[in-house]
Amino acid sequence: MAPTQEQEAQTLRQWQKFTQGAPFSRELGLEVRIAKPDWCVISVPYQERLIGNPATGVLHGGVITALIDSCFGLAVFVALNQLRAMVTLDLRIDHLKPATPGREVLGGAVCYKHTSELAFLRGCAYHDTPDDPIATSVSVFMFTGGRSISFDALAGAQQNAAPPPGHA
Amino acid sequence: MTLDEVLREARASGDWSALVAWLPYANFLNLRIAAQGERFACTLPFAERLIGNPRLPALHGGAIGGFLECTGVLYLLWHMDTKALPKIINFSFDFLRTGRPEDVQADVHMVKQGQRIAHLRIVAWQSSPDKPIAVGHGNFLLAPEPEPTAPKESRA
Repeated sequence: MAPTQEQEAQTLRQWQKFTQGAPFSRELGLEVRIAKPDWCVISVPYQERLIGNPATGVLHGGVITALIDSCFGLAVFVALNQLRAMVTLDLRIDHLKPATPGREVLGGAVCYKHTSELAFLRGCAYHDTPDDPIATSVSVFMFTGGRSISFDALAGAQQNAAPPPGHA
Repeated sequence: MTLDEVLREARASGDWSALVAWLPYANFLNLRIAAQGERFACTLPFAERLIGNPRLPALHGGAIGGFLECTGVLYLLWHMDTKALPKIINFSFDFLRTGRPEDVQADVHMVKQGQRIAHLRIVAWQSSPDKPIAVGHGNFLLAPEPEPTAPKESRA
């Protein structure tokens, strides 16, 4: 049975809470918009302090990289429905066009393959639709071992003081 | 101040902090430039807010990646006699070691400087340059020279 709207909203809030556990994601103001195995979306609001060209007001490419890297991490966790300790092994990003000044940017990603050791991802950054990307990216993540926590267990123990395994 | 003015003053004084202040994202990361003679290095000072994994703790891959991209832009502005901001075309990062909660240094190597494209290799390290935590390869589009002022002839 498909999850109800309320269940989906609840799941989204839990992923948002998890994402906010990373100080850098909090600092950038990242917000989880979609958390589904076939597509995860995170937004970054436009901020003057993140500008890469003062003459045009365009966000710096590094902001887009951080957004997509965060979205890749989320996409692995959502695909596994499990929190496993992992790191970004490599990431390639093509900056296709500048983000429009004043607008938030969305980062979308999917983990299209995972093995016991690795997770393979592709994604992009955009304003309105992934078909009109600001940047496209591919990446490989590596699991680093240690215990994994099922997402449902995490959701059930939200008050737990110990932070869950994140990704670097 | 315009970029032109910032660069002129930095070249005259040898103090590149004004360039960081001019570029908001570099300022956001609180970058430090050390430029002496032919040597250029950039530092990302550790801050709690750069953490991506609070459990280890480890620096956020996106913070390190953005640092390398930003370093590339700053390096090109320092190295070239340019008045225009280079554009990042693409970047490929390899994350080799966990970024510990300490300062990160970045060294830049110009692999190729062409007329339109510069290709840089940027190495990030913490304890020793022999133990890089990340390597980035990036292509940058250099601003084209201004068009000659002679009027263009119509070929229609």
